[in-house]
Amino acid sequence: MESTETNNAESQSTLAISLNNIEYKYKSKATSPDLTIPQWDLKRGQQVFLYGDSGSGKTTLLNLLAGVLTPSAGVIKIFDRAFSSLSARQRDKFRARHIGVVFQQFNLIPYLSVLKNIQLADYFASTKRKDIIDSAQALLSKLKMPASVLNKRASELSVGQQQRVAIARALINQPELLLVDEPTSALDASARDAFMKVLVETCAAANTTMVFVSHDMSLQDYFETSIAMPLLSQSSSSQEGLK
Amino acid sequence: MTLFSLAWHSLGSRRKSVVLTFFSLLISISVLLSVEHLRLQAKESFNRTVSGVDIIVGAPSGQLNLLLYSVFRMGTPTNSIKYSSYQTLKNHSLVEWAVPISLGDSHHGFRVLGTSQEYFQYFKYADKKGLVFEQGQAFTGMFDTVIGSDVAKQLGYKLGDKIVIAHGIAATSFTHHDNAPFTITGILKPTGTPVDKTVHTSLAGIEAVHLSPRQLRNILEGNTKEEIAPRQVTAVMLGLKSRLATFKLQRDINNTNSDKLMAILPGVAMTELWQLMGTVENLLRVIGFLVLISSLFGLSTMLLASMDQRKGEIAVLRILGAGPRVIFSLVLLEALILVLLAIAAASGLISLTLYLSGDWLASHYGLFLSGHLFSTDIMLAMLVILGATIATAIVPAIEAYKSALHTVLSSKL
Repeated sequence: MESTETNNAESQSTLAISLNNIEYKYKSKATSPDLTIPQWDLKRGQQVFLYGDSGSGKTTLLNLLAGVLTPSAGVIKIFDRAFSSLSARQRDKFRARHIGVVFQQFNLIPYLSVLKNIQLADYFASTKRKDIIDSAQALLSKLKMPASVLNKRASELSVGQQQRVAIARALINQPELLLVDEPTSALDASARDAFMKVLVETCAAANTTMVFVSHDMSLQDYFETSIAMPLLSQSSSSQEGLK
Repeated sequence: MTLFSLAWHSLGSRRKSVVLTFFSLLISISVLLSVEHLRLQAKESFNRTVSGVDIIVGAPSGQLNLLLYSVFRMGTPTNSIKYSSYQTLKNHSLVEWAVPISLGDSHHGFRVLGTSQEYFQYFKYADKKGLVFEQGQAFTGMFDTVIGSDVAKQLGYKLGDKIVIAHGIAATSFTHHDNAPFTITGILKPTGTPVDKTVHTSLAGIEAVHLSPRQLRNILEGNTKEEIAPRQVTAVMLGLKSRLATFKLQRDINNTNSDKLMAILPGVAMTELWQLMGTVENLLRVIGFLVLISSLFGLSTMLLASMDQRKGEIAVLRILGAGPRVIFSLVLLEALILVLLAIAAASGLISLTLYLSGDWLASHYGLFLSGHLFSTDIMLAMLVILGATIATAIVPAIEAYKSALHTVLSSKL
């Protein structure tokens, strides 16, 4: 997969994600692991498209990367931190500060305003930024949303708008890593294209490492690197990035 | 954005069930706090009514009965004692002072108390506080009267006004002693005791209004030289030279042969009264707590029922880096916010009610309740309520904690 790497030399010096002999069992007494990933490295600033059918372990992997689940065996390193061996509390804090997550839907607290939703990310990261409103506005305008949307309740927005707000919130703390899971499946085709463009551009501009998970192969055109989930989880060493 | 603000908005998003729960809490906390307040205040109000009186002597009945009508001006005297008994008691070697009281008449629903001038000197209330005149002084003539502060306030009386006394104690009486008006010579300062609701006259004055019209006219016109000697009094309050003699004197009085007398010790009678009230009081407290607990269960149920629809919300918070402990605190905080609001509203409600009904309670039940709610005991009761809230809200909070712990970030919720 190094062969497909096109990012600059600076970001190649460190790995964003490094998985080593990961095993995960949903039930601790299960005999064979539900997910096995022998080896996977992702460089800093890389944007990777991870595809696979439902049940192939995409979501489990994402939860492992987000630190919501911990592997039954093996080591997960995120930015050279042995993420999987941190305490649950430290992992939550790390996620708040360094990892942004966007899902298919239900990304926002419906009864809070857009601004409050975004401020919530700031609150849990305990960054207490004073320029939070300005940054939020800047992000939203990059995502081609009007500033007036800030004071609307999340539930008043269209699904497409909600997804963009979700990106804004995921990016507000300038996370090094963005995890995205099927963010477009609730969107129609034109909204999907607009969404993908803005997502990829915004991430590239911020040099954010992104893991994009989907079963929709048509989306892989937005990415330089694609990985099939079955390859990642089965083969011991030769998981190939496919273009 | 803070956790408080998040909890606040979260409550706001479930407005209907939250408002209903709030009212249930408001009612139960109001019941509990007012029972507690009434209990404390009633006790204090009763205990401060009389002080410094060692023995009360009246016609034999129950000691509570005698206490109620002589001190609290409640109920009706069953019988009278001879005036000569009062004189005997006054001259008794162990007695320092004796104040006669004569009840049975009223003025616009306020009790009329016939007594001697010593009353203003010796009668004490609360912590041995004496009676103080706001205006004027004690009565000197037969048809002079001293009124309590509430009488003056409610009927708008001032010094020099003439008032008429009615027979009997109802607010509307058909027998007015119209021929013999009394002149107000003094108005007392407020005491927070039944004294405020009393019209004081001399014993002779009381006696005079009950004479036949012809006799009365003779007296008013000064045609007769004869002194009006009271024949009977309702009760006598005694102060002793040494309190050690209390029991001996009580025994002596109870064994008097010349008149049927009963002597009671106000403190002992008061304690008996409280023992009687104690059962009712505890019953009320228990009911108050049961009502509170049931509405706290309601609060718990409301939070627990919301947990299913909040799974998504919890997942979002987890994504943002909120740990299970934060989710736990959030649910607890919501419960506490609701209960604190209910406590504040209940306090306001009770204070307002007390303020509005204070006069009515005082005149009908002799209860002088302070609208000031925040005594140590009430604060303690509030702490207990908060403690009980935490104890019951633990259940939904743990549920939320578990939910947060097992939340797997997933697109399929």
